Amino acid sequence: MMWLIAGAMVWALGWFVNVRLAALPKSRATSLLVPVIFGLTLVFIWESVVRGLEIQQVLLPAPSVIAARFMASTSILWQDWVQTVVKGMMSGYIIGCIAAFGMALAVDRFPFLQRGLLPVGNFAAALPVIGMAPILVMWFGFDWQSKAAVVVVMIFFPILVNTVQGLQASDTMQRDLMRTYAAGYWKTLFKLRLPAAMPFIFNGLKIATTLALIGAIVAEFFGSPIRGMGFRISTSVGQLALDLVWAEIVVAAITGSAFYGGMALLERKWTFWHPSQRN
Amino acid sequence: MRQSLIPVLTVVVAIIALWYAAAVWLNAPWAYDKAQRAGVELSLNEVVADTWSQKKPKLPAPHQVTREIWKTTVEKKVTSKRSLIYHSWVTLSATLLGFALGTALGISLAVGIVYNRTMDMSVMPWVITSQTIPILAVAPMIIVVLNAVGIQGLLPKAIISMYLSFFPVVVGMVKGLRSPDHMQLDQMRTWHASAAQTFWRLRLPSSMPYLFTSLKIAMAAAIVGAIVGELPTGAVAGLGARLLAGSYYGQTIQIWSALLMAAALAATLVALIGLFQRIVLKRMGMAQ
Repeated sequence: MMWLIAGAMVWALGWFVNVRLAALPKSRATSLLVPVIFGLTLVFIWESVVRGLEIQQVLLPAPSVIAARFMASTSILWQDWVQTVVKGMMSGYIIGCIAAFGMALAVDRFPFLQRGLLPVGNFAAALPVIGMAPILVMWFGFDWQSKAAVVVVMIFFPILVNTVQGLQASDTMQRDLMRTYAAGYWKTLFKLRLPAAMPFIFNGLKIATTLALIGAIVAEFFGSPIRGMGFRISTSVGQLALDLVWAEIVVAAITGSAFYGGMALLERKWTFWHPSQRN
Repeated sequence: MRQSLIPVLTVVVAIIALWYAAAVWLNAPWAYDKAQRAGVELSLNEVVADTWSQKKPKLPAPHQVTREIWKTTVEKKVTSKRSLIYHSWVTLSATLLGFALGTALGISLAVGIVYNRTMDMSVMPWVITSQTIPILAVAPMIIVVLNAVGIQGLLPKAIISMYLSFFPVVVGMVKGLRSPDHMQLDQMRTWHASAAQTFWRLRLPSSMPYLFTSLKIAMAAAIVGAIVGELPTGAVAGLGARLLAGSYYGQTIQIWSALLMAAALAATLVALIGLFQRIVLKRMGMAQ
């Protein structure tokens, strides 16, 4: 009971502080501090509810237990991370980006392909592509190659659609100007159309980060060597070792956020001129 | 529309042709293997014929998948456990429930974020962070834990669908509810409109185009959630269960037919939302 009261009090306190902070003029410090306080109160409520209601550890472990488990099993987590993220996800992400990008250039060059492939691409982007995972695991074996293949299939169409859209972003006036400079196709591409396409391309790349991580992990449910985050999650659930599962989830969340954040930072650096980047 | 019909058809025909060619390429080793063990030489025609009619091919040919779909939808009774319609219905019901929950959650969060500054600053970053957590990876745990508490069947799958589908709705609705410009908001103020009136008569109507666009994304995400949610339940029912059972027993034709069924389901649902969008926007006088 004490824990529940403490949780409620911390929640009220955190909310009160946030209301006060939000009323202040918006600055860098407040826009960082407010979500952090909110997140911390959520974690504390989780802890106090688990302790206060005496929820069993096999159902929902408390954050402190998860943190302890995280510290105790860093070597397993690291091994899984290398297998899933470095080998499976990153190689798939790079291959998928290059493939989609090349395809986008071809689609842009030939209007026939554009009219034919884009509707199909839009259609494919809405499909449950993750269902391809068992088939690809069957084709490419249990190791990271099949995970990379799943990632490629998942991110291909979002990047393709965004890149093609971006390549059309430069307007006629600008293209005419390039023509008066006697710039050829490639010169126009590199000096005008690719830079203009950057905001769209980055949009695709950012969507692809989370898709890639999901693809790499879920593909491991259909067969994997005895390491990898998806493998660990599915086997630990079977053993009811939920604290280890949550530790993997924390790793996945950190990886996903860092990957997304890294892309957002690159975007900010390369497309600083775009209106959406100005504050 | 009409001028893009020929290119689209060309691309579709090209995909099917590629599919047949890939089936020959991927299944040929097994065909040669069989022939070698039987001690016969195969002519090219025989190889091709064999690769398109194997029982457990690496890549089934389109006509094999079509026949399997026909067999499991039309020729089986709907109540049968082997009917694909039965499994599609299981997945569809979880998808729709999750989609409804996700839309409701998304819209109410968006209203809170637009009207409450504290919520905007504290909740919005976490909504975005929540999507970098690969929820699909957590799906098995959610199912098992809810199962242990005694919640079974539709709801656990729907919760995963909800988690995936609320995000696009929040983002789209926040954008949509904020889309009326200052001039319009000022006009409402000169009419002495209350906050509720501004919401119902200005903000909500002008958010509709954004809402429908996000609903399409949310629906596609909800199907993925329902399918993945069916994986850890031990392959009982649903399209995801068909995928898993197929991959256990190497029944590639079954996997592909479930996959195509899921694709058809997704396409139909998204198209339905598109149709609904066109009708609603037309009646509201916002059709483009």
